[in-house]
Amino acid sequence: METLKHMFKSNIREYGMVIALVSIMLFFQIVSKGVLLMPLNVTNLIQQNSYILVLAIGMLLVIVAFHIDLSVGSMAAFIGAMSAILMVDNHIGVMSGIVISLLLGALAGAWQGYWISYFKIPSFIVTLAGMLTFRGLTMTILEGQSKGPYPESFQKISNGFMPDFFAGTGIHITTLVVGIVLSLIYIYFELSHRKAKQEYDFDVIPLQFLIIKLVIVCLAINWFMYLLALYKGIPNVLILLFVLIVFYTFITTKTVVGRHIYALGGNEKAAKLSGVKTQRIVFWVFVNMGVLAALSGLVFAARLNVATPKAGMGFELDAIAACFIGGASTAGGIGVVMGAIIGGLVMGVMNNGMSLIGVTIDMQQTIKGLVLLLAVAFDIYTKSKQS
Amino acid sequence: MEDVILDMMHITKSFPGVKALNNVNLQVKKGEIHALVGENGAGKSTLMKVLSGVYPHGTYTGEIRYNGKLCEFKDIKESEKLGIVIIHQELALIPYLSIAENIFLGNEQGKNGLIDWHATTAHTKELLVKVGLHELPTTLITNIGVGKQQLVEIAKALSKKVQLLILDEPTAALNEDDSDNLLKLLLAFKKQGISSILISHKLSEVSRIADTITVLRDGSTIETLNVREDNITEDRIIKGMVGRELTDRYPKREVAIGEIIFEVKDWSVYHPLHGDRKIIHNARLTVKQGEVVGIAGLMGAGRTELAMSIFGKSYGQKISGYMYKNGIEIHVNNVSQAIAQGIAYVTEDRKQYGLILNEDIKRNATLANLNKISRNFIVDENKEILVAEKSRHQMNIKCSSILQKTMNLSGGNQQKVVLSKWIFTEPDVLILDEPTRGIDVGAKFEIYSIINNLAKEGKGILLISSELPEILGMCDRVYVMSEGRITGELAQSEASQERIMKYVMSK
Repeated sequence: METLKHMFKSNIREYGMVIALVSIMLFFQIVSKGVLLMPLNVTNLIQQNSYILVLAIGMLLVIVAFHIDLSVGSMAAFIGAMSAILMVDNHIGVMSGIVISLLLGALAGAWQGYWISYFKIPSFIVTLAGMLTFRGLTMTILEGQSKGPYPESFQKISNGFMPDFFAGTGIHITTLVVGIVLSLIYIYFELSHRKAKQEYDFDVIPLQFLIIKLVIVCLAINWFMYLLALYKGIPNVLILLFVLIVFYTFITTKTVVGRHIYALGGNEKAAKLSGVKTQRIVFWVFVNMGVLAALSGLVFAARLNVATPKAGMGFELDAIAACFIGGASTAGGIGVVMGAIIGGLVMGVMNNGMSLIGVTIDMQQTIKGLVLLLAVAFDIYTKSKQS
Repeated sequence: MEDVILDMMHITKSFPGVKALNNVNLQVKKGEIHALVGENGAGKSTLMKVLSGVYPHGTYTGEIRYNGKLCEFKDIKESEKLGIVIIHQELALIPYLSIAENIFLGNEQGKNGLIDWHATTAHTKELLVKVGLHELPTTLITNIGVGKQQLVEIAKALSKKVQLLILDEPTAALNEDDSDNLLKLLLAFKKQGISSILISHKLSEVSRIADTITVLRDGSTIETLNVREDNITEDRIIKGMVGRELTDRYPKREVAIGEIIFEVKDWSVYHPLHGDRKIIHNARLTVKQGEVVGIAGLMGAGRTELAMSIFGKSYGQKISGYMYKNGIEIHVNNVSQAIAQGIAYVTEDRKQYGLILNEDIKRNATLANLNKISRNFIVDENKEILVAEKSRHQMNIKCSSILQKTMNLSGGNQQKVVLSKWIFTEPDVLILDEPTRGIDVGAKFEIYSIINNLAKEGKGILLISSELPEILGMCDRVYVMSEGRITGELAQSEASQERIMKYVMSK
C-alpha cells in the first residue's frame, strides 16, 4: 500500500490528467444519457479531434524547447490550399500530392526555424508574423473561394476505415483482433522492460501491481476496440495518430535528440555548455512542427473534402492549450507527448459533450477557458507543494 | 562621542552552512572617508547589506547605532529615509529613462500621482551641478558612459539627502580620468560633512583618499588603520587582508607531474558585443599531466572569459591564438569539439550554466556524453542508472535517489553533480572555475579530494579561484591575471599571498 501511495504521489500530475479525463467522460456519459460513448459518437470524437491532436504533438516539442508556435493554424490552411491546387486543379496523384504537401510544410517550418534559431528573433514574433503571412497566402492562392472536391482516395485519410478482413456482419472482427494483438504487444513490452531492470538489479514494481496495471490497460484497450467494432471499425486517422504517438513518445523519451530538446528547454545556456547543438535542434523542432502542421492541414481538408480560406482558424490555440492542460511547463523543459494527447482529448470530450447536452457555443468557449486556467493553476499548486 | 555617525557592533550574520559575518565591528566618524577592504568573500558586501536593511533586522545579531540612535531597519527604504544610501557595483539605473526620471525614480516630484516636471527638471539641474555632470536632464541613461552613469547614481543619492554614502567598488568599471573625478567628488563631499564608506580593491586609491581603513577577513574585523596618523603603505594593507595561516584545510597529494598536456599561446579575445574591446590580451599558459595550475585574480580580471573562450569559443568573438594538446595543434570551434578533444569546463555559476535544474541527477550526470550510453542514438536508460549510481557513490552525493531533481540539492551536492557530468566525458584537461564558491567547509574538502584524485590519474587541472588560500593550498603552479593579461607566473615554492596580491594589483 505504501509503495502504491508513493507511486501515486510522485506521479500525481500524470495520473491526475488521466483521472480528470475519465471523470469528464463519465460526467458527460451520464448527463448525455449514454450518447457520449455510443459507437458512432466515439468514432466522431476521434475524427473531429484528430487534426488538433496531430498539431498538439508537434506543439509539445516546441513548448518543451521553450518556444511557441502561433502559425500552425494558418500553416495548416495554407498547406490544405496548396494540396487542393495540386490534387484538384492539377490532378497530380494523391500520393505525390501528399508528399509534396508535407515537403512544403517542412519548408515553411524551416523558414520560421531559421529566423528563430539563427537570427535570434523570439518565436512569438516570428510565428505571429507567420500566422498572418500564411493566412494571407491561403486567401491569395484560393482567391477567397473554397476548392474541392478531392479525389476519393484522399478523403479516405479522414473518413475511411480499416477494412474487415474477416467479413464480420454487425461487428467489425478485424478491430477486435487488433485489440487483442495490441494487448499482447503491450504485455510483452511491460514484461521485457521489467526483466531488463531485474537483470541490472534495479527496483521494479511488485508483481501484483504490475498485473493489476496490465489487466486495467488491456481491458481499456479491448473495450475501446469493441466500441469501434460496433460501428465501422478503426478509422484510418486513428492508425495515423497511433503511429505518431508511438513514434514521438519514442523520440522524446528514448533518443539522444529527445534528451537534448528537454535539456535545452530546461536551461539553454547549461545545455549549450554541455555540448548540445542548441541552434540546430531548435531549427529542426520547427521543421518538424511544419511537417505536422501540413499533415494536420491535409487531414482537415480530407475531412471537409474541400480546402477553404478559413480552415484552421484558432487551431494553434487549441494545440497550445492541449499541451498546457496536459502538464507541459510554461517555463520549458517539462511535458510529455501522452500528456498533450490527453489534454487535447479533455478539450475534445468537453466540446463534444457540451454540444450533446445543448450548451451554446459561446458558453463552451467560456468553460474551456476556465478549464485551461484551472489545469495550469493545479499544476503550479502541486509543484509549489512538492518543493 | 558625538562625532561618530555610525557604530556597528558585534554583527554576526549566518547563511545556511556558512557564517558570513562573525562579530564584526565598524565605526565611522562624521565627515570621514572610511575604506572597507578585504578579499572576495571577506564579508564586505554582506556587512553593507546588513547596514542598509537588505537583510532586515532579526536576520542578524548585533547592534547598529546611527547618529547615536539604535536602528532596526526592516528594508532599504527605512535606511534611506535616515540618509544612508548605498550605490551598488551593478548600477541600478533604467537605461531607457532620462537622467531626471532616474534620479527621482521612486521619489517622484509632484502630488497626487501627477509628476511636476518643472520641479523635477529644476532639481535635477541643481544636483547635476553638484556632482559636476554636464548633461541635460532629459538625456537618456543609455546614451552616457559608465563614468557619467556613476555620477547620476551619486546625484540620486544626494536627492535623498544623503548623510552616509556607501560605494561598492565604484571605480571598478571606470577609466583613469573618471575614477579621478569620482574620488575628487568624494573629497568635496567630505568638506560638506557627508561621510562615505568606500569598498574598493584598488589599494592605491584607498591609501590616497581614505582617512580610516577597516580590514575584513573571513567575515571578521581584523584591524582598523588610521591612515592620517600612522604611515600606512599598500603592503601594510595587503598584509592585513591576507595575513592568515594555512591550516590543513587542503588534503595532501603525492605530486607526479608529467609532460605538457595542454598549451595555449597568443590567445586574444574580444568582447562578444563590443568588437573593439579586447578582453584577453595574448595570454599564454601550459598545463602538465598530473599538475594543478591555479589562475588567481580579482573578479573581472578575465579568468572566466579566458576559460570559456578556450572551451569551444563559448565566450567572445574574434578569438585568435594557438592551442596545443600533447604538442599537436588542435582547433576547437564549439563545445562538442572541445569535449571530443578531452577538455572540460566546470562553470562558476552552476545554477545558470551548469545544471538543468528541473531534471534529475541521472539526466544531468550523463548530458555531456550521452553517446557513451547510447546505441544508434537511442539512450540505454539502464546503463544510465548504473553511471549515475557510480557517480553518486564515488562523489558521495547526498540525495534521496538519483531521481531527485537537482534544484533540490545543496550547493555542494549540486557541484558534485556538475563534476560528475564532466568526469563522465573522460577529459584530459579540466578547467574548474571557482569550484568551491558558496560551498560549506566540509563539502569543500571533498571537492579538493576529488580534484587531487583527478590529478593523480594524470589529468591536467586548471583551477580558477578568488580565494588565495585555496590557490596556495591546492596548486603546483599559479598564474596571476589582471585586466585581461597574465601578469605573473609563480611556482608553488615561490608563491605567497603577498606576491600574488602584488601581481593582482599590477597593471
